[in-house]
Amino acid sequence: MLRIDRATYDAIVGHARDDHPDEACGVVAGPEGSDRPERFLPMLNAARSPTFYEFDSGDLLRLYREMDDRDEEPVVIYHSHTATEAYPSRTDISYASEPNAHYVLVSTREHGERTGLAGDDVEFRSFRIVDGEVTEEEVDVVESYLFGHSPTTVVYE
Amino acid sequence: MAIEVRIPTILRTHTGGNKTVEGSGATLSALVDDLDSKHPGLKNRLVTEEGTLHRFVNVYVNDEDVRFTGALDTAVKDGDSVTILPAVAGG
Repeated sequence: MLRIDRATYDAIVGHARDDHPDEACGVVAGPEGSDRPERFLPMLNAARSPTFYEFDSGDLLRLYREMDDRDEEPVVIYHSHTATEAYPSRTDISYASEPNAHYVLVSTREHGERTGLAGDDVEFRSFRIVDGEVTEEEVDVVESYLFGHSPTTVVYE
Repeated sequence: MAIEVRIPTILRTHTGGNKTVEGSGATLSALVDDLDSKHPGLKNRLVTEEGTLHRFVNVYVNDEDVRFTGALDTAVKDGDSVTILPAVAGG
C-alpha cells in the first residue's frame, strides 16, 4: 500500500494537469527504508512528449547524488499518461528499475481542460514493478504524517 | 589507486549489496570487463549483446554522461569516479 499525504498527492496531480498534454514526471523522496514519501521533487520531462517521459541525464545524476547525501531514496516515482489509463505501459515496465519504489501513474485523459467538464477526474493509481511484474496497490491518502502524533488533549507536566 | 564505481540499488545483487566497488581499466569497456570478473553478471546488465550500453542505464565518468564522451570507449584512469544509474523513463 502507498500511504501519501494530501499535499503531496495534490502536488503530483497539479503537476500532471499543468504539463498536460505532455507527460509530467518526478519523484517523491523519503528517508531510506522508511517508505514515507516526504520530499516532492517534480522533474523536467526531457522528452517533452505526450507519449514518453525521461529525466534529463544531468538532472538524474544530481537528483540521485542529492538523495544519497541525505540518506534518501525515491519512495515514489510518478508520471502521467495524457491519453490512456493510469496503468504502466510496456515501456514503463521495461524501464522500471527501482524495486522498492511505488510507481504512481496519473491519467489526465479526462481532466477538465481536456473534456471541458466541470467535474473533471484525474486518475491516480500506484503500482509495484518488480522483475517486469506489475502489482497494483491501494493508495491511502492521509491528511498529514504527523496526524498520528497529534493528541487531541495535551497533558502538561 | 583504483576507479571507484557507484552501483545503483537494482544492481547491488551482483556486488553483495555494496554501494561502491573498485575496478581498473583504460577504457569504460575494460573497466566493465574487470568488474564483471569480480562481480559476475554485472556486464550483462550494462552492455547489450551487440556490445553497446543498454538504454536503460546511464553511466557517468566524473559526472559526465558517457553517451557524450564515446560511450564504452570513454577513457578512464585511476582516481576517476564512475556512477551507474538506472534511467528513469517510460511511456
